[in-house]
Amino acid sequence: MAEFRMPSLGSDMEAGTLIEWRVKPGDRVQRRDVIAVVETEKAAIEIEVYEDGIVEALLVQPGRKVAVGTVMAIIRTEAATEPPVAFEPSSRPEPVKKAAPEKKAAPEPPTIQAPPEAPRIKASPYARRLAAERGVDLRRVEGTGPAGAIGAADVQRTASPTTPEAKPAPPPPAGKPASDSRAAMRRAIAAAMARSKREIPHYYLQTRIDMRRTLDWLAAENLRRPIQERILPVVPLIRAVVLALGEVPELNGFWIDGSHRIAEAIHLGFVINLRQGGLIAPALLNAEEKRLDELMADLRDLITRARSGGLRSSEMTDATITVTSLGDLGVETVFGIIYPPQVALVGFGKIIDQPWCENGMIGVRPILTATLSADHRATDGHRGGLFLDALGRRLQEPSKL
Amino acid sequence: MNSDDIRTVVFEILRRIAPESDPSALDPNENIRQALDIDSFDALNFFVRVNEQFGISVPESDYGGLNTVSEIVGYLSARLG
Amino acid sequence: MTGTEIGLRTLTYRDAVREAIREALQKDERDFLMGEDVGHYGGCFAVSKGLLEEFGPERIRDTPLSESGFVGAGIGAALGGMRPIVEVMTVNFSMLAADQIINNASVYLYMSGGQFNVPLVIRMATGGGRQLAAQHSRCLEGWYAHIPGIKILSPATIEDARGMLWTALEDPDPVLIFENSGLYNMEGTLAADAGPVDIHRARVRRAGRDVSIITYSAGLFKSLEAAQILAAEGIEAEVIDLRTLRPLDEGTFLDSVARTHRALIVDEGWRSGGISAEIASRIMEGAFYELDAPVARLCSLEAPMPYAKHMETAVMPQADRIVDLARRMVGAHG
Repeated sequence: MAEFRMPSLGSDMEAGTLIEWRVKPGDRVQRRDVIAVVETEKAAIEIEVYEDGIVEALLVQPGRKVAVGTVMAIIRTEAATEPPVAFEPSSRPEPVKKAAPEKKAAPEPPTIQAPPEAPRIKASPYARRLAAERGVDLRRVEGTGPAGAIGAADVQRTASPTTPEAKPAPPPPAGKPASDSRAAMRRAIAAAMARSKREIPHYYLQTRIDMRRTLDWLAAENLRRPIQERILPVVPLIRAVVLALGEVPELNGFWIDGSHRIAEAIHLGFVINLRQGGLIAPALLNAEEKRLDELMADLRDLITRARSGGLRSSEMTDATITVTSLGDLGVETVFGIIYPPQVALVGFGKIIDQPWCENGMIGVRPILTATLSADHRATDGHRGGLFLDALGRRLQEPSKL
Repeated sequence: MNSDDIRTVVFEILRRIAPESDPSALDPNENIRQALDIDSFDALNFFVRVNEQFGISVPESDYGGLNTVSEIVGYLSARLG
Repeated sequence: MTGTEIGLRTLTYRDAVREAIREALQKDERDFLMGEDVGHYGGCFAVSKGLLEEFGPERIRDTPLSESGFVGAGIGAALGGMRPIVEVMTVNFSMLAADQIINNASVYLYMSGGQFNVPLVIRMATGGGRQLAAQHSRCLEGWYAHIPGIKILSPATIEDARGMLWTALEDPDPVLIFENSGLYNMEGTLAADAGPVDIHRARVRRAGRDVSIITYSAGLFKSLEAAQILAAEGIEAEVIDLRTLRPLDEGTFLDSVARTHRALIVDEGWRSGGISAEIASRIMEGAFYELDAPVARLCSLEAPMPYAKHMETAVMPQADRIVDLARRMVGAHG
C-alpha cells in the first residue's frame, strides 16, 4: 500500500489546490501516469504517480487546497493486490493483526511476511481526544495541518453535521483574477530567489565563445530541413551544456541538508518566460540521452505546455541544473541566480558580431557570452572554469553535438 | 490572395502566438518582435504557421528582413504572386 | 504626576524599583542596600540615585569590586539577623558570586538542619538588547532557576518592579530579583497606593482563546505587541507573564493551554537546557492531551550576543517572529 502525497513542486511551494482527479478508485495506474492536476502558485501541473498499482481511495476532494505532504490518495501496489475481488472503493486497509500467525504453510524467510501496514494517522493529542469523545473515526478525517496532520478543527469539521461534504467547493482557480495568480507567481519567485541569495554563496564565471562554427553548421542544417524540423540555436547550446556536464558532473545536482548530492541523470531546467509575466523553469528530463532533434522536439513541447498549462510534476521537481537564455533580447551577459536546491545555473546572452583574434588574425565573429553561476559550497571556481571551457570547446565541433 | 487577405491571416497567426495582444492595432512599420514580445521560439512557430497557411517556406536567411507587418505582408505578397 | 484624580501616576520602571527600596528601608531598620557604586554614583543604572543622601552610608553601602566578597557579606548579614538587599551590577558579574549563591546561600537551611534561614535579597540587571555585546548581555535567570533553595523573580511590569521587593524581603530564604536592563526606562502608570505584590503566581496579561504565549520579563512586551498584531488577523493570543521562574507556577499556564490547546514559549534565554525546555516539559507532563499542535519555542539564538545592532536584534526574540510562529501554529488548524 502506498500513499500518494501532495508533492513539492519547487522549493517555494507550501500547498497546492487539487483541480481534478484523472483517476477513480479501482483504476489501475503505472509509474509516471498522470493521476491528478494540481494548481500551484505558478501553474496548473499534471501530477504523476510513482507506483504501479490500483487506486484504492481518493482522500482529497477537488477544489481543496492542501499542504505539501498531505496524503491525497492510497495506491494499492502490485505486491499487495492479491485479492482484487469485492473491492469497495471506500474500504481501508485492514489492520495486520491476524495475518502473520496464519501464514504457516511455507517456511519462507521472515522478511516477506509482513503485509503493508495502514499508514499511521498523525493527529494531535487534543484531536484524538475529541475524536474519541465524539465517536469520530480519525481515518475519515482529512488533516489540514503540517504533513496532513489532523488537528482539533479537522475533527470538529468532520463531526459537525452542519458542514457536510457537500459544502460548496472554493471557486475554481480559473475564476481567479489574473492579477491574483500573477501576484502568487511573483511571491513564489520572490521566495525562491530570496532563499537562493540568502543561502547560496554564488560564484560567477564568464566566458566568450566563438559561435561561428556552430551557427554555420546550424544554418546549413536548417537549410535542408523542412521548416517544422528546424533547430533553434539554443538547442546546440543545451546539448553542449549536457556534454560539458559529462566532464564536470558535480555542477549537476543539489545541495541538501549540508551535503552535495550529484545527480546521475541530467534533468535540465530551462527558463521559460510566460507571456502574462513571470517565468517557469521546467526540466528537459534525461537530457543526457537526447541528441539535437529530440532536444528540439522536447523543448518545443515543453515551451508549448508551459505557456498553455499542462506541465508534469516530474518536470517541475526534478531539474538538476538550470539554463537561462536571454539571447532573444539585447543583453550580452546573464548573471543568474541559482534555483535552490540546485547548485548551478548557466546563462546565455545574445550572440553579437564582435572582433575576434584567432591564429594571429582579427576577424568578425558571432560571439556568445556564457556565464556560470555556481554554489561555492558545492564546487570551486576551478571546476566551474573547466565546465565553461568544455562548453566552449564542444561548440567548436558542432557536428559532434 | 490580395495583401488585405494576407494581412488578415498574418494577424490571426500573431493572435495565436500572442493571445493577449491585438496585432491589428500595430503600426504596419512597428517591429513586432518588440511590440509583441516575440522570442525565437515564437518566431519559429510563426514561420511554421506561415508555411501551413501559405505554403511558403521562409528560409532562415530571410528572417532578418521580416520584422514588421508591412515587411511580412510584402514578402508574402511577392511570393504568392 | 498625572491622573491623580483617578489614583494613577506615571513613572519609570527605575523609579518603581527605587521606590521599593526606599519603602523597604523606611519600613524595616534591618534593611540596607549594598553593592558596587550604589552610593555616591547612584547605581550603575541610577536606580539608587539619591538614596545615600536620604539614608546615609550605613544603609547605602558602596562595596569593593568583589562580587564573591560582598554577596558573602550579605549572606553573613542575613544570618546575623539583618535583611540585606545586595545589588550585583549585572547577571554577567554574578558569575563571580555563583559560589556564594549556589553553594552557600541556597543550602544553609538544609546544611544547618533547619536552624538558619538566609533572608537575603539579591537584585541584578539582566538581558541584552542594549548593544553591550557578548560579555554584558547575558540572560541567565532561567539558569539560576535550576537551583533549589533560592527563588527567582522576574518583574516585567512597573507594578511588579514596585511590589516584588518587599515580598521578597519578607521571605525567609534567598530571593534573586532579575531586572531586565532594557526595562528601566519604560514608563507606565501605577496606582497611588501601589505596594507589595505576591511572588507565587503567574499572571494572564492578555486573555485569548487561540494560542498561549508563555513568557516573562522583557519578552512580555514583545509578546503583547505580537498579540495585538495577531488580533488584527483574528488570532486571539493569550499572554502569560510567568513573573517567578522558581518556583514555577505551572497551574496558570497549564490552565491556559487547556483552553487554547497551543503553547508558544518566548524566552530571551537560550533554548538548550533553558527555562523554555522546562516549561515545555511541564506542558507535556500536565497537558499533553490538550495539545493541538507541538509546543513551540522562540528563544535567543545560541550564540554569543553580537555587538552590531541589527545582528543583536536578529539574535533575540522579536515580535514579528512571535507573530509568525503563532500564525503558523494556529493557521495549521484554522
